[in-house]
This record gives sequence, structure tokens and C-alpha cells, in this order.
Amino acid sequence: MSGTRPSAPGAGRAPLVLVLPGAIAAVLLVLPLITLVATTPWRDLPDQLGSTVVHQALWLSLETSLLTVALCAVLGTPLAWLLARVEFPGRSLLRAAVAVPLVLPPVVAGVALLSALGRSGVLGRPLLDGFGLTLPYTTPAVVIAHTFVAMPFFVLSVEGALRTAGERFDVVAATLGATRWTTFRRVTLPLALPGLVAGGVLAWARSLGEFGATITFAGNYPGTTQTMPSLIYTELQADRGAAQSLSMILLAVSILVLAALRQRWLRPL
Amino acid sequence: MTSRALEAPGLDARLHVPDRLDASLTAAAGDVVAVIGPNGAGKSTLLGALAGIVPAIGSVEVGGRSWTDPVVPVRDRGVGLVFQDQSLFPHLCARENVAFGLRTRGVPRAEARARADQWLDRLGVGELASRRPDQLSGGQAQRVAIARALAPEPALLLLDEPFAGLDVGVATSLRLELARHLAAFDGVAVLVTHDALDALTLADRVVVLEDGEVVQDGTPADVAARPRTAHVARLVGLNVVTQGGQLRAFSPVAVTVSPGRPHGSARNCWHAEVAGVAPHGEALRVLARADDGPELIADVTPASAIELGLAPGQPVWMSVKETSVDTYTMRP
Repeated sequence: MSGTRPSAPGAGRAPLVLVLPGAIAAVLLVLPLITLVATTPWRDLPDQLGSTVVHQALWLSLETSLLTVALCAVLGTPLAWLLARVEFPGRSLLRAAVAVPLVLPPVVAGVALLSALGRSGVLGRPLLDGFGLTLPYTTPAVVIAHTFVAMPFFVLSVEGALRTAGERFDVVAATLGATRWTTFRRVTLPLALPGLVAGGVLAWARSLGEFGATITFAGNYPGTTQTMPSLIYTELQADRGAAQSLSMILLAVSILVLAALRQRWLRPL
Repeated sequence: MTSRALEAPGLDARLHVPDRLDASLTAAAGDVVAVIGPNGAGKSTLLGALAGIVPAIGSVEVGGRSWTDPVVPVRDRGVGLVFQDQSLFPHLCARENVAFGLRTRGVPRAEARARADQWLDRLGVGELASRRPDQLSGGQAQRVAIARALAPEPALLLLDEPFAGLDVGVATSLRLELARHLAAFDGVAVLVTHDALDALTLADRVVVLEDGEVVQDGTPADVAARPRTAHVARLVGLNVVTQGGQLRAFSPVAVTVSPGRPHGSARNCWHAEVAGVAPHGEALRVLARADDGPELIADVTPASAIELGLAPGQPVWMSVKETSVDTYTMRP
């Protein structure tokens, strides 16, 4: 077979200064995943899947991550539209602020959420005094923490899609008598759909793996706030094998969803 | 078909866009006005300002109703816009594209679709109703775009270079069909084009824009015979020179090219340098730049071109008989 494939002459061999670091990077990225799969005690996996704690954590993770994506879509899409289409004072400042949680250490995000929504927080205290509502260490707190860290991925992805699609078709729709709301529903949103899906996947992945902000703001209570990452962390203190099995489950779920979406939606990614 | 006399107020617009446009445009209902001019003359700006998508100062009145006092938003203006690149909604099929403007005006879905189908039939693309824009050729897409603009029965139809980018054959047949639809259209149609043929075949009136100002406004025949700008002269294939505050137009066929100075009036005689020679029908068209300014074109037979040995850079004399020159004033 060798020699039958045409190759462009003159480009020359790939230089070692690029090949060597490139290879090290590839090993660093791939090796831990391989060892994770290879050293997992597969025989224990059925038992793990059967345990109530794992069930609860798995379902809580799926439930909260899907709720997070829904919340991102319902709240984040309008925010992305405002950032992409409406001129208002402080727009660039707001865009920068929206991106901050991307680089914020998750633990800091959790502390920030406590300062706002904790029992003695700026919003949390009036909520407690006025309505008897407490958020920290509840399932809604998990969703709020996840949304806080995942929303920027969604908003920036959708805003990018809205900017790429441009305002041209919005103008066309206006000349055809469409109000801004009709234009948004029938033109802007359908054209930005790939961006919405990509943003949704990013937000979902971020939510599924969220640990730091969740454990800080929502705690680690089985059944109410213990998501898969929190459970893995807990198991790691006691039984490394169990932690590894749970990690395998999480890895499998992530890859499955990513593969399913890639078929239809993620070709541009 | 409503009587044109009843709808006498057509279009009355005075528009100013800083640094780009300062023009007035009036037309009776049923008129087709062609706007021609060089690139950057403000043609598309004029269309955008009429539609309300380019911010402008001034007044626009259509069918006796003011669009500027108070300001009427784009969506309520009742304009139909046909874009050079069609701008069909890529996620909607041809039928839904055409039905869009009906749906936004409250026509029920089934009726909007039925009317969209009728319009697609009228434009000869009825069988393509369920295709998406990326499954249509340029000519088919432009037909859908014209159907989309006409379906909501706009008071003002604006066409921005609708034939640009189409194959010559496709453009020719579409031009003929558009002429038919424009004749049946009650409102005012404004057609921006850089093609003299569009202006001469489709329009009742031709408005020439240059540097954002109207420099000529007349019937197609008048503008073609007595162009006031070098740009239009070139478009319609005439020589136009300015002499003594007057414009003098003559056909390139009437121009004689000779190596030596010909006899006759000095004002009809130019010493020039050949800039280029290209086939033009059965003849060869010679483009030459006169020593004192104007660019001139002359049609010569291939035989005389060989005899003269015409080549770029060669000095020649170009002359025209006084009887072949049409003299007119610069301003009407």
C-alpha cells in the first residue's frame, strides 16, 4: 500500500520540536482515560448501579443538569439576544460580566452565591424573613449553582450564533411586516438553532461535571444535593474502586450524549 | 384593477442622508421608476431610506399617506423589497417565504399558503413551492423573491438590482416577465439598476443619481438620447462632450477615425490617444482619450482598423459631422 498515496512534495518532514511536545500532549490527554477504563473493577459495577445512593446521585445529576439546560435556554436565549441585537448603555460591560463565571474558580462561585442567596445573604435574608424560603443546601440550590456556572457557555454560544446569522434577515422580516417578537420566533431563533444546541450541550456538560460551586452552595446530602461528582468525591475518601466505577458511569453517559448529538447537530463543532 | 386616476398620489419623497444622499423622487401610482448611476452614487441608500431601513432626514409620502410625519416603522410601511442576493429565509421553503408577509398581516395560515402558491404559479415557479432556497437556482430564487415582495400587495415596490448575478439568458427572460408584473402593479415601483437595458425596457421614468444627487430625470427615450452625465452616456453607448456650457451627444457610429487632421470644424475634431480596441457587434469599438479631456468611443470596421493599425497608445484624430451631433443644455 505504501507509495500509492499521493503526497505533496516539498513540505518535508514534520520537525521534531513540534512532534515531540505534540505527542506528549496527546499522551497526557488520552492516557488517564485509558487507565481509568483499564483499572475499573468491572465486576463491582452491577452492584454499584444497584445501590440506592448511586441511583439517587445519578438521577439527581440527570435531573439537575437537564433543568439547568432548560433554565439556560429560557433565560439565556433572551439575554444573548439582548447582547447581540439591542444597543443599551453598559452593554459591553454586561457582556464582560457574563463571561466572568467562565474563569471564576467554582468554589468562589459557590461563596458568591452564598453571599447573595445564603440565609444571611443580601437576597437570602429577605427571602427567609418574608417568605420563609431558604435556598442553600436544597435541590433548587444545586440547579442555581449549575446554572450560574453553565449559563455563560450557553449565552456566549448563542450570542455568537446570532451575530454570525446577522441582522440581514431580521431586516427582511421587518419589511415583510413582522414585529420584533414575530421576527425573533420565526426568523432569528430558527437561524440560531445550531448555536442553541451547541450552547445547550456545553452547558449540560458543564452542569454534569459541576462540583465546587455545588458542594459550597448546596452541600453534599444524599438524595437532595449529592450529585454524581459529589458522590465520587465522597467515595474517593473511603473506597477508590467504587469512585472509579462511578467515574466510568459518568464518562459513559457523557460520551453517549455527545455521540448522539454529534450525529445530528454538532458537525460544525 | 383599481383605476390609476383614483390613486393619483403615488410617491413623493425628499430624502437626505448625510454625506450619501440628497434627492427628491416623485412618481404617480402605477409608475415604474428606474434609478441608475455609478457605484456609490447612493442608489441603494435611496431604496433603504424609502423602506425605512436606512436612517434618513426628510419626508416620504406614499399613496397620500405620510411615512415620516409621524414616523411609520418599517413593518407598517407596506413596502415590497427585492434584494440583489434575494435574501430568502434559508430555513423556510419557497411557499413559506412567500406566505411570510401575508402571515404577519394576519392572513390565516391555510389561506396564506394558498395565496403564496398562486403567486409562485404566476412567477412560473409553482412546482418548486416546497423547495428550500439552497435547492433553487439563482433565477428561480429571484422569482420566489419577487413573489414574496408582491404577495402582500405593497404600496411601494423596491427592486435592488434584481438581475445582477444572474446568467444572461436567465436575466433576459426574467426581465420580460417582470415587465408584465410591473405593468399589472398598481403601486409605485422603484428599480435600481446599473444596466441601461433594464431602465429602457422596464421603466416609464429614469432617474439618474450621481454623488447622491438627482442629475437627470426623464423618460427612458429622453435619457438615452440626451444623457447628461458621462456615466449614462457610456451606459447607453453615446459620446457626450461639454462645449460652451452645452452638452453635445453623438453616436460612436458617426465618429470617423483618421491618422491625419481631417478638414472641417475644429470643435468637432479631437486629437486623441487610443486606449483600447474591442469587438462590438460587427464592428470594433475604439476607446480613445482626447488631449483636452473627454473619453470618446468610435465604431470602425475591422478593415479600417487594420488599415489604421489601431493599437493602444497610438495617436489618432477623431471627428464627427455637425449634422450627427445633438446639442442640448445642461439643465432642463
